[in-house]
Amino acid sequence: MADLNVGDQVPELRVTPDKYLPHRYAGASGDFNPIHIDDEFAKAVGLPRNILHGLYSMGLMAKANAALAGGDPRALKRLSVQMRGMGMPEQEIVVSGTVKSVEGNRVVVDTVAAQGETQIIKNAEAELEL
Amino acid sequence: MALKTDAVGKEWPASTYQVGREKIREYANALGIDNPVHFDVEAARAAGFRDVVAPPMFAVVYSSPAMAPAMFDPDVAMNFAAMVHGGQQFEWDEPACSGDEITTTAKCVSIEEKDGKGFYVFETNSVNQDGAQVVRGTWTLIVRGV
Repeated sequence: MADLNVGDQVPELRVTPDKYLPHRYAGASGDFNPIHIDDEFAKAVGLPRNILHGLYSMGLMAKANAALAGGDPRALKRLSVQMRGMGMPEQEIVVSGTVKSVEGNRVVVDTVAAQGETQIIKNAEAELEL
Repeated sequence: MALKTDAVGKEWPASTYQVGREKIREYANALGIDNPVHFDVEAARAAGFRDVVAPPMFAVVYSSPAMAPAMFDPDVAMNFAAMVHGGQQFEWDEPACSGDEITTTAKCVSIEEKDGKGFYVFETNSVNQDGAQVVRGTWTLIVRGV
């Protein structure tokens, strides 16, 4: 395993979801809420456009943190997030993180997903067993 | 208007989900996750899994069906038009692999008003066909203007 210390940065994950990503994620997840897949509906309820699923962005956060364990799906033991900002298709998402604590093989990472200045997932903590 | 809190403590009937290879592949593709353990049976077995293994956040796919009856329950009486998914936590144990049958139960743990918003907190607990703990979820749904 990588030798991690408190304060270390987790490698950034940068992804720009394309226009149709919310449709593919809706199919993959079973969440067909029209605010994610119908631009007209989204605007009619006061949103700027159709928005990303919060759980998609959380999925990217899980992916970014699992990368610390070479992508091993067993490594992520806990992920706790708050979804406050709206994520938009066709804008780059940057997932970053900082090691908060290391105890034996347990590592806790403070992590965030942002689009420009907007934090779309914040107050997030990932706990890994490495 | 006071929030209706009758549903606090209520549990809903369990829901069982059959995990399949193609659904895992579809989910991994949507997230751009390319580790072969999510696609290839031999790669998954070589890494110590029973079969193609799901990425951790696939938890939403098998545990969400248990949340539906909770969210639509008239005792919960949530105003969907003003609802956002405000927070989520998952705690993972046994990985979910293709062929697993995962049974999830949902429970309402709290309904509280804060700053004019309703905070509805649910817990889900998912176990596999061997009775092994797979994931525990905490779902926070926020309703504006209660």
